[in-house]
Amino acid sequence: MSTVTGVSAADELPGPDGRKPLTGDRASTGRLGDRLFGGAATLSGVIVIAMVSLIAVFLLAQALPALTNNSENFLTSRVWAPGGEKPAFGILEFLWTTVAASTIAMLLAVPVGVAVALFLTQYAPMWMRKPAASLVDLLAAIPSIVYGLWGLMTFRAFVKPVEQFLQDNFGWFPLFAPTKITGGTIFFIGIVLAIMVLPIVTALSREVFDQTPVAHKEGALALGATRWEMIRTAVLPFGKPGVISASMLALGRALGETIAVTFLVSALSDGTDWTWSLFNGGETFASKIANNAAEFSNPSKTGAYIAAGLVLFVLTFVVNSIARIVIERRKAFTE
Amino acid sequence: MAKRIDVTDLNVYYGDFKAVEGVTMTVEPRSVTAFIGPSGCGKSTFLRTLNRMHEVIPGGRVEGKVMLDDQDLYAASMDPVRVRRTVGMVFQRPNPFPTMSIYDNVAAGLRLNGVRGKSTLDGIVEESLKGANLWNEVKDRLGKPGAGLSGGQQQRLCIARAIAVQPQVLLMDEPCSALDPISTLAIEDLINELKTSYTIVIVTHNMQQAARVSDRTAFFNLRATGEPGRLVEIDDTTRIFNNPSQKQTEDYISGRFG
Repeated sequence: MSTVTGVSAADELPGPDGRKPLTGDRASTGRLGDRLFGGAATLSGVIVIAMVSLIAVFLLAQALPALTNNSENFLTSRVWAPGGEKPAFGILEFLWTTVAASTIAMLLAVPVGVAVALFLTQYAPMWMRKPAASLVDLLAAIPSIVYGLWGLMTFRAFVKPVEQFLQDNFGWFPLFAPTKITGGTIFFIGIVLAIMVLPIVTALSREVFDQTPVAHKEGALALGATRWEMIRTAVLPFGKPGVISASMLALGRALGETIAVTFLVSALSDGTDWTWSLFNGGETFASKIANNAAEFSNPSKTGAYIAAGLVLFVLTFVVNSIARIVIERRKAFTE
Repeated sequence: MAKRIDVTDLNVYYGDFKAVEGVTMTVEPRSVTAFIGPSGCGKSTFLRTLNRMHEVIPGGRVEGKVMLDDQDLYAASMDPVRVRRTVGMVFQRPNPFPTMSIYDNVAAGLRLNGVRGKSTLDGIVEESLKGANLWNEVKDRLGKPGAGLSGGQQQRLCIARAIAVQPQVLLMDEPCSALDPISTLAIEDLINELKTSYTIVIVTHNMQQAARVSDRTAFFNLRATGEPGRLVEIDDTTRIFNNPSQKQTEDYISGRFG
């Protein structure tokens, strides 16, 4: 019912005699075509819901036995020794790495993506808009392994001095504390992820900004708004739900991105001291699971990894729910 | 507050297409001037050149001169943003900002102009809504979305939004064409009240409306599709409707054509 913009005329229109808005049943005519299509659509909906539920059940069923045998605190421990007689494992490190890298990615990608989308829809000369937009879409189509390779071979050298600068000048701040990691730090992973998700944010934001009704834009301009004021009064409020949806899709990709991260990240060796520094290494949920896929030898060991996967699942779910709530809360103020 | 508009030899182009040709007219302050004419005759296009809104459409440009009292609207030093703050506009379809409350819609232009302070804003918002004959209907729900009002109320909200910034001139592009007869009447009454303090120019497809609300009427026409529109004549409304000097005008208002 909510479209990508969170706006749907059908949500608002009352039916005849003050009845609920038009529903499937009211509109149905009972003809064969209608019943076939209705049935097919319902079936597809049921399949999607069933699949999500079954995945949740699978994750829970596999993870629970391992979790009950766990001798460490699952959420707060950094130990990862799921095999053996006395399995012990905790996800703190993966949770921190995943969340920190994704947060950096979003902090960079969302403002830049929105700015690029605004440029493409509001500022760029007409002849430039279409080709530039296709170029951005093309970025989204680059396989992540390519980003990984490029990050490793080329991009690392550019980020290194930035990291050095932050460590030298802001090292007193726990997030920027110096470390001895030379390879893929959380900070670096965050930047590569930002570049990967940037096209998603840009492409979807561009799409919604483009749909801003001319009437709203002219309304602002006729009041004597400058271009930027027009964007602030008409384009951004109209596009906000779309930008939030775009960011959620991007965040979903950042949280779950596997190949590029596995490729780049510097895993911490056992017994390394814990720090909050972004210049530390560490594994994300996805890279940890991918790196150890070969070890799924016994149910208890596998269960530990699946429990980690479950946390990722819940994390994505929570983030999406929050976004939905934000969009719904402002619904009265969209047409 | 109200100002006179003097237009001399104005041509309007969209890219290579000449949409309006050779318009010369004077719009008197504190009066209502109506533009009538068949579809595509350039009356809306010409209206937009009075606050440079035609520049929003790609390729839109003019040749000629538009003076607002002694200010040249197309002088090189004149910022279109400043022109639009002086010459307000109301559109064919009510276009309140959907994400804003009734209050914020009216305050939008003020905020753009840097007006701050709750009590100042409160005062102007109330005054503008009263000026648009909407205050009594919305005073208890100023925080509700503007898009929740009826079409006629939304249009009066847009008028309140336009007059809140105290323009010199108010342009109205078929402001009643999307409204029912009762809402139309409310807007027409409002126009009658507003003309005591503003110069009003209204484009309308409805000749009875032009006859009802305007002091002067301008008739636009075009020779054929693809040809530029031109001003046929402008005169007192009573003269245009009873004894026009051009045959074309008479044909149009008597329904023989258009």
